[in-house]
Amino acid sequence: MSTLVKNIIRFILLMLVQVFVLDKIHLHQMVTPYLYFIFILWLPFNMSRSWQMIIAFALGFTLDSFRHNPGFHAAACVLIAYVRPFLVNLLIPQEGADGNYEEPSIKSMGGILPYFIYVAVLTIMHHGWLFLLEAWQFGNIWYFLLKTILSTAISLLLIIITELLFVRKQKFRTNTV
Amino acid sequence: MRNIFLFIRRYFTFLFFLLLQGFSIYLIVHYNKYHNAVFSNTANQLTGKINEQYNKVENYFHLKKTNDSLIKANEKLLNLLKADFLLPDTLNKIVFDTVLVDSIKQYRRYDYMQAAVISNSVSSQSNYIVLGRGETQQLKKDMGVVDINNAVVGIITEVSKDYAVVMSLLHKDSHIDGKLLKGGETGTLSWDGVEPNILSISRISKSAKVAKGDTIITSGNSTTFPKGMLIGFVTAVIPEQSSNNFIIKFRTAADFHSLQYVYVIDNRQQEAINQLLDKAKQQNK
Repeated sequence: MSTLVKNIIRFILLMLVQVFVLDKIHLHQMVTPYLYFIFILWLPFNMSRSWQMIIAFALGFTLDSFRHNPGFHAAACVLIAYVRPFLVNLLIPQEGADGNYEEPSIKSMGGILPYFIYVAVLTIMHHGWLFLLEAWQFGNIWYFLLKTILSTAISLLLIIITELLFVRKQKFRTNTV
Repeated sequence: MRNIFLFIRRYFTFLFFLLLQGFSIYLIVHYNKYHNAVFSNTANQLTGKINEQYNKVENYFHLKKTNDSLIKANEKLLNLLKADFLLPDTLNKIVFDTVLVDSIKQYRRYDYMQAAVISNSVSSQSNYIVLGRGETQQLKKDMGVVDINNAVVGIITEVSKDYAVVMSLLHKDSHIDGKLLKGGETGTLSWDGVEPNILSISRISKSAKVAKGDTIITSGNSTTFPKGMLIGFVTAVIPEQSSNNFIIKFRTAADFHSLQYVYVIDNRQQEAINQLLDKAKQQNK
């Protein structure tokens, strides 16, 4: 399957799961389970940074349209799409290793720890920025912090489950083509 | 000039990032003022379609609950029927009335229209409800929305061809007037975004006699809701230290978690009243 088709299917499936499954779960008013942004984490390495941000904006804006509050998720998604390449450069084991595999995963990042740091940092940034934008209109710092931490924990749990359920096969590509 | 272009090329990604962030924040800040922007209308129509499909499936799981509440509502209405009351036989008395005004003819003021809820949220800080009925089915902006048992749900803020978006009571910008049934003091409802179904009512002075369990109803001061529709029941009365007012917390009578069908209230005199108000405002200018 080509990368484009794969990502289009991912986009639609993740959006449907987010809107019609996760948004219907009311665990507690502090906790909002988010999974849709895993789409941005899984984007290919070799995509240009402007494109990553445009796609992230489209992803966030689609979710916003379902919630009738445009802007919030779009802003959070653009932020993590902007930060993503820096993190990948920091965490990837050796120079040029991001050319060997197509997209970030445990295998391509060289171990569980770098990949987990990559996911955790982006998740907390997404949630932090999202809830900060919401909190600007309410203004209660402890509520904001607790909500960010609890939601991040739930999201990380969801991402781990997703990674275990859907194993992504990654082919090793030599860069000596 | 060349340096400017070089600068833009060098920091293009960062500038592009700032541009997208700025646009997102612009949307957040300005959305409430520009409901009718083109994108919101088309998005409304598109996401409405998808939501409607999903709702067809979801409805099956709530059939029992919907049925129960409909039976309750029916029971209440049946109890109001004229046929249920025995009137003393005064109708046969013949009175010759010289007044030529037809005092028997009644004028309809409020119209109720049913609508299905096709999407609903309670978890975010500003919640909206989408109805599967729109402009072509007589819905208009600023109409009031109540649930099956006549408890207030919200006000319509956006209408597209086949769908309408309702700003629910659980929204930071929702400011409906409420009134204590017992004492008659009026105040403004607001939601702090923390717990769904718990709202507060402000501007009630400390001289009011309020107790836990008191009923809050609509005031009838606005044209949106008829007077005396149920809003909620008081759960806590907290005296505000710096002012002469109470902060009264109350639980909404409508259950926002399980809305399936609602009634939209059309005030037929709304237009006439608004015209009068506009006229008065122009004269005062």
